[in-house]
Amino acid sequence: MVKRLKKFFAGTYLGLMLLFLYAPIVILIVYSFNQSKTLGNWTGFTFDWYVQLVQTPEIMDALAVTVSVAAISSVVSTLLGTYAAIGLYAMKRKTRVVYENISQLPMVNPDLVTGISLMLLFLFVGLKDGYTRLVIAHITFNLPYVIFSVMPKLRQSSDMLYEAALDLGCTPRQAIRKVVIPDIMPGIVSGLILAFTLSIDDFVISFFAGNGVDNLSMYIYASARRGVNPALSTIIFVPVVALLLVVNLRTIREEKNAEIQNRKVGLKN
Amino acid sequence: MKRSNAKKKPGTGAFRIKRSLFAGPYIVWMAIFILSPMLLILYYAFTSDGSFTLEYLRAALGWDYFRVLLDSVRFALYTTVLCLLLGYPVAYLLSRMKKSTAALLSVFFIVPMWMNFLLRTYAWKVLLGAFTNILYTESAVLLGMVYNFLPFMILPVYTTLIKLDESYIEAASDLGANATRTFLKVVLPLSMPGVVSGVTMVFIPSTTTFAISQLLGGGKTMLYGDLIYMKFITEQSWNAGSALSVILLVFVLLSMALMKKAERGASEEEGDRLW
Repeated sequence: MVKRLKKFFAGTYLGLMLLFLYAPIVILIVYSFNQSKTLGNWTGFTFDWYVQLVQTPEIMDALAVTVSVAAISSVVSTLLGTYAAIGLYAMKRKTRVVYENISQLPMVNPDLVTGISLMLLFLFVGLKDGYTRLVIAHITFNLPYVIFSVMPKLRQSSDMLYEAALDLGCTPRQAIRKVVIPDIMPGIVSGLILAFTLSIDDFVISFFAGNGVDNLSMYIYASARRGVNPALSTIIFVPVVALLLVVNLRTIREEKNAEIQNRKVGLKN
Repeated sequence: MKRSNAKKKPGTGAFRIKRSLFAGPYIVWMAIFILSPMLLILYYAFTSDGSFTLEYLRAALGWDYFRVLLDSVRFALYTTVLCLLLGYPVAYLLSRMKKSTAALLSVFFIVPMWMNFLLRTYAWKVLLGAFTNILYTESAVLLGMVYNFLPFMILPVYTTLIKLDESYIEAASDLGANATRTFLKVVLPLSMPGVVSGVTMVFIPSTTTFAISQLLGGGKTMLYGDLIYMKFITEQSWNAGSALSVILLVFVLLSMALMKKAERGASEEEGDRLW
């Protein structure tokens, strides 16, 4: 009885917390199918907000900017970051520590300071193109996350593989491409996904480093006072949640299988 | 045999140097886009029209601006305490569940970390505006901050709690401790490393947050991030803005060093208990 009561309270608490975390988003998404312009007043189902969304050029432009900047910056930072990790890993400890500490700067730095420092640099060198500025800024803040996703995999993989490949006649470049990279692939993939989601979500750094070209976050910030089309929340949240669930559910299923396996073993004993 | 030896030589001799060369493009990138921007901030903070001055740094440490920093720290402390009070029970309850259920549920608690923070904050603005009268007050700003940073507290605490060895809890109850005592004397001390990193992950971003107070506070609550924004964008005063950024950075580095120390202390304590 006490146990059941405990379970009930635990469930209620977790449920309330999930409600707290998701209610605002869910309400915004529900509201995007409402005919009425005011929240809390349901007058009927409609797709009008979505039609309007497609017909607002600023939103479509911002969407294109967000997705393309995320794609370009995540691919470039994954390439640069993977080779950087391989290179850093081969360095002497002392040199490596210096470079790794500098690499951590964008992670330690408040986003605000990173954004402003990049803004100062772009103004200093006279780079005006807003899109290029965004791409450079995003590559820069993604790089450390890629490096720190790849590094642990490099530590796990054996140096012998690389040397064996060289002994068997590979050039260093071939050895990296055909032996080292396949071995650390999981780290590279998670670095890429991390970089993509970070880039899609970024506001603060883009806001300061950018110049006239808006991504979705910047668009929302600029139009928050007069109101943002609620349909925007659906197209931002649904893909991200779906992506994260797909990535995570695989690990969960493995865990569940292991649990079932354990139970079976337990029964046999 | 001969051929393979001939091939091996250029490989082994040159490869240590060669392999580190793969980091070359990144190092160039880092020098241009990480190091030099930081040097520019330092340059502007310590100069006025190109000549050295401490004027801006002194102004940044003056009461008018320092007060804003203290205000931000106060907000960040409230946020951290609330996140800990709300988040610790979540992490604890999750860690006591069946592994597969916990894994699934924990994903739902962590997913919000990856969702556009501006849109989440905007959602609260709409909600608070429609159903309450606290929009554009300090409470709204605090609510927005707790909401945004809560997952960052849950995740590290949860990670330490699931690693906790079940047998400690069993031992404690075998030796006659009740549930409360077991929690206070065993679970809580052992989860301190997670609590410390959760506090770091919430406190530091919430001192430097920008835009939450503008969206939910309506410009009435000025935090340090908003002050820096004002100096750079509204007043176009790069020197004053850079000086404030330097102060913020120093503050962040100091608090991180402090947390690192606390973290080491927490895990040492755990070590003591283990042996």
